[in-house]
Amino acid sequence: MLTIKNLHASVEEGAEILKGLNLEVKAGEVHAIMGPNGSGKSTLASVLAGKDGYEVTEGSVDFDGADLLDLEAEDRAKEGLFLAFQYPVEIPGVSNVNFLRTAMNEIREYRKEDKLSAKDFLAKVKVASNLVELNDKLSGRSVNVGFSGGEKKRNEIFQMAMLEPKLAILDETDSGLDIDALRIVSEGVNKLRNKDNAIILITHYQRLLEYIQPDFVHVLSDGKIIKTGGKDLALELEERGYDWINEEIAQ
Amino acid sequence: MEVVVDNKVLEFVADFKKPEASSEVRKQAMAALSGMDFPTTRVEEWKYTRVAKYVKRKYKQVQATVNVEDYTIEGLDAHELVFVNGYFDEAQSTIKDDDAVSIQKIEELNEEYYSDVVDGTEENVFSLINKAYQTGGVSVVVKKNKKAKHPIHLIHVVDGEELIANTRHFVHLESGSKAEVVATFHSKNSTNSFTNVALEGHVESNASLTINKLQTEAKDVLHISNEFFVQDEGSNFLINTITTGGILTRNGLDVIVEGENCHTEMNGAYLGTENQHIDNHTIIDQLYSNCISSELYKGVMDDKSSGVFNGKVIVRQDAQKIAAYQSNKNILLSKGANVYSKPELEIYADDVRCSHGSTIGELDEEAVYYLRSRGISEANARQLLVAAFIGDVLEKVENEALRAYIDKLFLTDFGWEF
Repeated sequence: MLTIKNLHASVEEGAEILKGLNLEVKAGEVHAIMGPNGSGKSTLASVLAGKDGYEVTEGSVDFDGADLLDLEAEDRAKEGLFLAFQYPVEIPGVSNVNFLRTAMNEIREYRKEDKLSAKDFLAKVKVASNLVELNDKLSGRSVNVGFSGGEKKRNEIFQMAMLEPKLAILDETDSGLDIDALRIVSEGVNKLRNKDNAIILITHYQRLLEYIQPDFVHVLSDGKIIKTGGKDLALELEERGYDWINEEIAQ
Repeated sequence: MEVVVDNKVLEFVADFKKPEASSEVRKQAMAALSGMDFPTTRVEEWKYTRVAKYVKRKYKQVQATVNVEDYTIEGLDAHELVFVNGYFDEAQSTIKDDDAVSIQKIEELNEEYYSDVVDGTEENVFSLINKAYQTGGVSVVVKKNKKAKHPIHLIHVVDGEELIANTRHFVHLESGSKAEVVATFHSKNSTNSFTNVALEGHVESNASLTINKLQTEAKDVLHISNEFFVQDEGSNFLINTITTGGILTRNGLDVIVEGENCHTEMNGAYLGTENQHIDNHTIIDQLYSNCISSELYKGVMDDKSSGVFNGKVIVRQDAQKIAAYQSNKNILLSKGANVYSKPELEIYADDVRCSHGSTIGELDEEAVYYLRSRGISEANARQLLVAAFIGDVLEKVENEALRAYIDKLFLTDFGWEF
């Protein structure tokens, strides 16, 4: 589904952050990308989602046959990519459901599908908000305005449930969540998992991976993936930190 | 015989039809004009609004008629009063059965009463031209302790080039009454025409007046309006001013609060494109204690348009426990657009609560990106954010029929959906 080859990226007119990253994600898989601060985790998410301010200097990203890097941010979403933000923005005056309706209609138009009826849309809102225990009031309010940290993250997963992406990238979705919110968010994600979609979890901590079991764990360090393993690797990282990998490589 | 005049104002009005001067208000206005000049940008009140090139032009007074159906608002169910080029188009107007309201021509307004209400207020050259040479308008009385059964829709149309429309209205709410006025301004084939309107009124004790003003004239019309209202004790006054039209618009709005426990609310939304210039000057003069006033003006300026907001609040020495809030927020959508925002508080009393805020900024790019990342095109994302920004002013328009009309207008003119 996603093939990243030798990806190099830097902040505009700045230092190189991704330094030849390779990753292959297939449908039905969950990949966790872990790494210390400054290793390039969030840059990877931003580059994949098409945020301004980054420059790809080398490499390619193939997303189900499309050259992802060639697409505008909105078209990446229309192709089925979703990014759950680490810091979701507040947008006063724009209601959650209204903007999702606009987004879903645009996406359906892009895919040459019929518009969603108001009834089907509302039914979907209900299912999706139940999934992350986001009550109806929050889904009708302005995007993230007055939401607690946990509510903002639940709102991201609510949107993911509405948009049903092929590939979802969850950028530090677990950060700032208390144990209850973490459980709700994780259960939501688990219910959205299926054989046709894929998830990339970007995280600092192993605790999220207790709830959402990854098929692969990658260690990102200095802009490259330096080690890949199964879910046990996350436990080892939790226990021993990251330094031993570098030492291992040095040997 | 050739008349030689060296006064620009007298030259400006020289070709206007000399009205039959039986009216004291006209006589006084005419007399005052001979000592006036047009404002330049050296005058603080007109610092950012340059009228020089417009007042050098000559304007004609031409009576005409239109088809009212082109301008009615669906579902408003209003008294419809039509003014074309400043003239009252009675044939196109409809006054409904409403025992709470009496609508007559402006000539029927009792001048003694009028002079008493406006006593001591400052006129300017445009309001004086209006009062000296007005060609039509209505005097509306809403009777004591009654509620108007229908909104009063004042429909103004400029039809033709190089015309002046001097329309003058007075709205009198007797004590305890309630009414809504909807004033709309339209134009067609109106290159270089000039709407010079005066809308005045008196809101007596415990009466409530709501005015919704919608100015959508073509971007080749000069629009200057002078609005003046006096509020008595315990009265409510609310005006929503929505401006999308005109090449240069000056909305001058003065409210004098002459009693305790009054509520004064002014809201405005202005949307400029191309070379439009939109100027909102407001004054609230608080003379008595225990009153509340609030102002919310929001502007969205695109292309090379410019906006001006000047909001003055005066709290006189005897006016204690006044709460006055004012907010002016602006978004610039292009590098060529600009806004001058100036809050002015003059406070002579010591126990008051006043606040003002003024912002000029751009759309939040983080928010644009967030929406795009969900599959919304950049243009639609910007539209959603602009609509959200201006939406809280439009929310102040409670009349649903009018709100629907405004929403439709914004959708057609700007492609903005609410």
